[in-house]
Amino acid sequence: MNGIHDMGGMQGMGPISREPNEPVFHETWEGRVYALNRAINAWNKWNIDAGRHAIELLPPADYLRMSYYEKWFVRNMDLLVRRGLVTEQEIRTGKPDPGSQKSTPPLVASAVPATAGRRGNFMRPDKDAKARFKVGDRVRARKMNPDGHNRLPRYAKGREGIIFRRHGIFVFPDTHAHFQGEQPQHLYSVRFAAQELWGTAASSRDSVYLDLWESYLERA
Amino acid sequence: MALRVKALESLLVEKGLVDPAALDALVDFFENKVGPRIGAKVIARAWMDPAFRKRLLDNGSSAIGELGLQGLHDEHLVVLENTANVHNLVVCTLCSCYPWVVLGLPPVWYKSAPYRSRAVLDPRGVLREFGQQLPDSVEIRVWDSTAEIRYLVLPERPGGTEKMTEDELAALVTRDAMIGVSRIAPRSESKA
Repeated sequence: MNGIHDMGGMQGMGPISREPNEPVFHETWEGRVYALNRAINAWNKWNIDAGRHAIELLPPADYLRMSYYEKWFVRNMDLLVRRGLVTEQEIRTGKPDPGSQKSTPPLVASAVPATAGRRGNFMRPDKDAKARFKVGDRVRARKMNPDGHNRLPRYAKGREGIIFRRHGIFVFPDTHAHFQGEQPQHLYSVRFAAQELWGTAASSRDSVYLDLWESYLERA
Repeated sequence: MALRVKALESLLVEKGLVDPAALDALVDFFENKVGPRIGAKVIARAWMDPAFRKRLLDNGSSAIGELGLQGLHDEHLVVLENTANVHNLVVCTLCSCYPWVVLGLPPVWYKSAPYRSRAVLDPRGVLREFGQQLPDSVEIRVWDSTAEIRYLVLPERPGGTEKMTEDELAALVTRDAMIGVSRIAPRSESKA
């Protein structure tokens, strides 16, 4: 979707504000939101793409106003209800619904040190799935404006680039985010010249590399 | 926010959906067990050991496994080599993708609208904001993390460090240099 999250190339967002010796979490609640998110993920009721999309669905003004972990908190509330782990009444009352059964958490403290630092594997090798493009091919990012989750930034749409690397076959976020299956596709690193994206004011030496799924691309 | 988060946590604990001790362990893990010093070890090893450097650039995920980083693994890590002529810069314009397995959780500025919007459009301006004036002759490659590949920059080894040990080198490596918004200044001869 062409949401506010797709901000590559926007102007007017102001200077980059840095903080020396920044703590990992600024407030205790931020750490709790992060941890709650990780702990609830163990239920496998949604996936990373659905989680990203839930944040993209925030109204643009809220997206810009809210802090990072505030967005995570709202996202978690939304998905907890939508995916049936919690009811709206439970959110309102703060108490489990009368008669509801108590579950057993899938993630226990003793499992955290061995699992928390491991990222998932999103590659789905399939020797029968032939890659449409090879390194060096000229491609164009399609003009496409799906209103669901999509990982093709606006600034690259319609622009031409060159296949720089083939990453292999990866889970496709556009369907995964909507619980329509992984539908894996070839993923490519595509090099776009800065001048192709931004015009001649950009340096002729510079470039931007994007990781793009095969269905985002057409032959140029 | 603190109260709202506490209310949600209590509800989830009461429903048996999360274990409060697991939450404590997760906070501890991300505050204390991961961070840029992990990435700095990787970079220092690459500076010391050319064969490791080559393996790291060929396959970042398997090479960092050699360092014996207990419990830390990124299946899709790609390492980008800075040279005298090429400078790499990493961003996620769509959300906040970041190589947290080797750098810990990202700083606020990395997730902020100003950085995400401008890094792709005006990387040289962003670098100036970080105090880095790159000559026009240097090629800048910006990596927008639009998929599950995570990018780590291998900064240039600064001059004046020829006699340093691996641990001393690791102490020079900054988080910002591994994101690509900064370079590591040469050491004066007296310190080398």
